[in-house]
Formats: sequence, C-alpha cells, structure tokens
Amino acid sequence: MSALLFYVFGALAVGGALGMVLNVRNTVAGAMSLVLAMVSLGGVYVLLDAYLIGVLQILVYAGAIVVLFLFVVMLLNLRGEQFGPERLAVGKVLGVAVAVLLLLQLLWLIPTFAPPAELRPGFGGYRDVGMALFTDWVLAFESTSLLLLAAMIGAVVLAKRKVD
Amino acid sequence: MVPISHAIALSALLFCIGAAGALARRNLIVILMSIELMLNAVNLALVAFSRQWGDIAGHVFVLMVIVVAAAEVTVGLGIVISLFRNRESVNVEDASLLRW
Repeated sequence: MSALLFYVFGALAVGGALGMVLNVRNTVAGAMSLVLAMVSLGGVYVLLDAYLIGVLQILVYAGAIVVLFLFVVMLLNLRGEQFGPERLAVGKVLGVAVAVLLLLQLLWLIPTFAPPAELRPGFGGYRDVGMALFTDWVLAFESTSLLLLAAMIGAVVLAKRKVD
Repeated sequence: MVPISHAIALSALLFCIGAAGALARRNLIVILMSIELMLNAVNLALVAFSRQWGDIAGHVFVLMVIVVAAAEVTVGLGIVISLFRNRESVNVEDASLLRW
C-alpha cells in the first residue's frame, strides 16, 4: 500500500514539474503545477518517515513560496508570452540535452542499497528533529535567523520604489 | 516500503527536470521556480538517505535548505520586480548587459 502511494505521489510530482517547465503560455498555471509537485513531494516525505519535513514542505512551499511567486506574477501582470519568437532555439535544445545527459549519469551512479536501517520509535517527528536541531545544530539554527533577516532587508531594498 | 534507490531515482529525475527548465526557459520567474524544484529534489535525496541510515541529521539539513530556498526566492523576486521596473520585461534576453 505504501509502495503504491509512493509511486502515485512520485508520478504526480514528476507530472507537476513537467507541467511547470513545459507551460510556455501561462505562468500562473505553471505556478499551480509547481504546487501540485510540492504537495506530492510532501506525501513522499511522509512515506519516507519524515513527518515534520512533510508538514513543513506543504506549509512553506505550497503555502508561502508559491504564493509569493503568484503574487509577483499577478503584480507584474504578465500575460501569455510577450517574448516573441525564440531567438536562441539552439540554446534550448542544448539545455535539454545537458539535462538528459545529467539524468542518465545520475541514474547510472545509483548504487544498490542494503535494506534500510531499523528506525527508533518517533523518528522524524517534531520531538526528534527538534532535539537534534536545538542541541547539535543550534549554531546553524541561529545563523538561519541572520540569513532570514538579511534576505528580508535585501528584498525590501530591492523592491521598494525609489523616492527622490 | 519502497527501495531507497527508487526515491533517489525520483530525486534525480526531478532535479534534471528543474535543470532543463532553468537552462531552456527564458522567463525569469519560471527559472526561479525551476531552481526551487532542483532544491526540492536535493531535499528528497537527503530525506531518503536519512531514512536509509536512520540518522536524523538529514532532516536538519533539509530544514536549512528550506530556509535558504525561502531567502533566495525572496531576494530573487525582489530582483525580478526591480528588473521589470527598469526593462518592462522578465525575459532574461533583455538582461544580458554583462554578457558579451
């Protein structure tokens, strides 16, 4: 059952990702495809016993980041592709070729794994992740707060209208 | 329980879709979304390895990656807005001043 769900969520994630990349008409529809991919990935995380990460994935990506994308798309009022005919069709073909090559290489590199380790009870829950985060990785946790502050100031400075 | 290698293969597939989008598309917003997709593929690999070895450290890494992705998208979209104000366009072809 959980194996079947994994493949269903995986197919939905790949479908959403392809829908986002291949959609040249409508950026809003592309962002909605990205939501589908993100939510399906949240399901995959839960199936891999990463419960907290699964919830955060849906909260942060589907709930905040994609909403930010949609907000900007609608703010800029982009319609269709006002880009005109593609000037660099060679670059497009080359990009896809590089990506396919990379995929073949990565798939070739995947080893056969031993059966997964036995998990301790509560693995991947908020308590487990929180204990690791606030003991072993507390410095990294604190520095993310600095990073978020810097990003916030940077976004305000970049996007504000010049008043002079 | 699916084999971990299938999760890694899914991660590789998503990463390459994102890479293709970032390399082939000309819309700056779509390029940013493709980069988000690539970061998510890496997160999936980290979660899968974490499940494989029963080590919680991978989950902490994923949290850090999510924070960095959020910061990156905030600044990136700020740049997109400021570029649109100057150029009336989000096509990367119109922002190639630094390219020969």
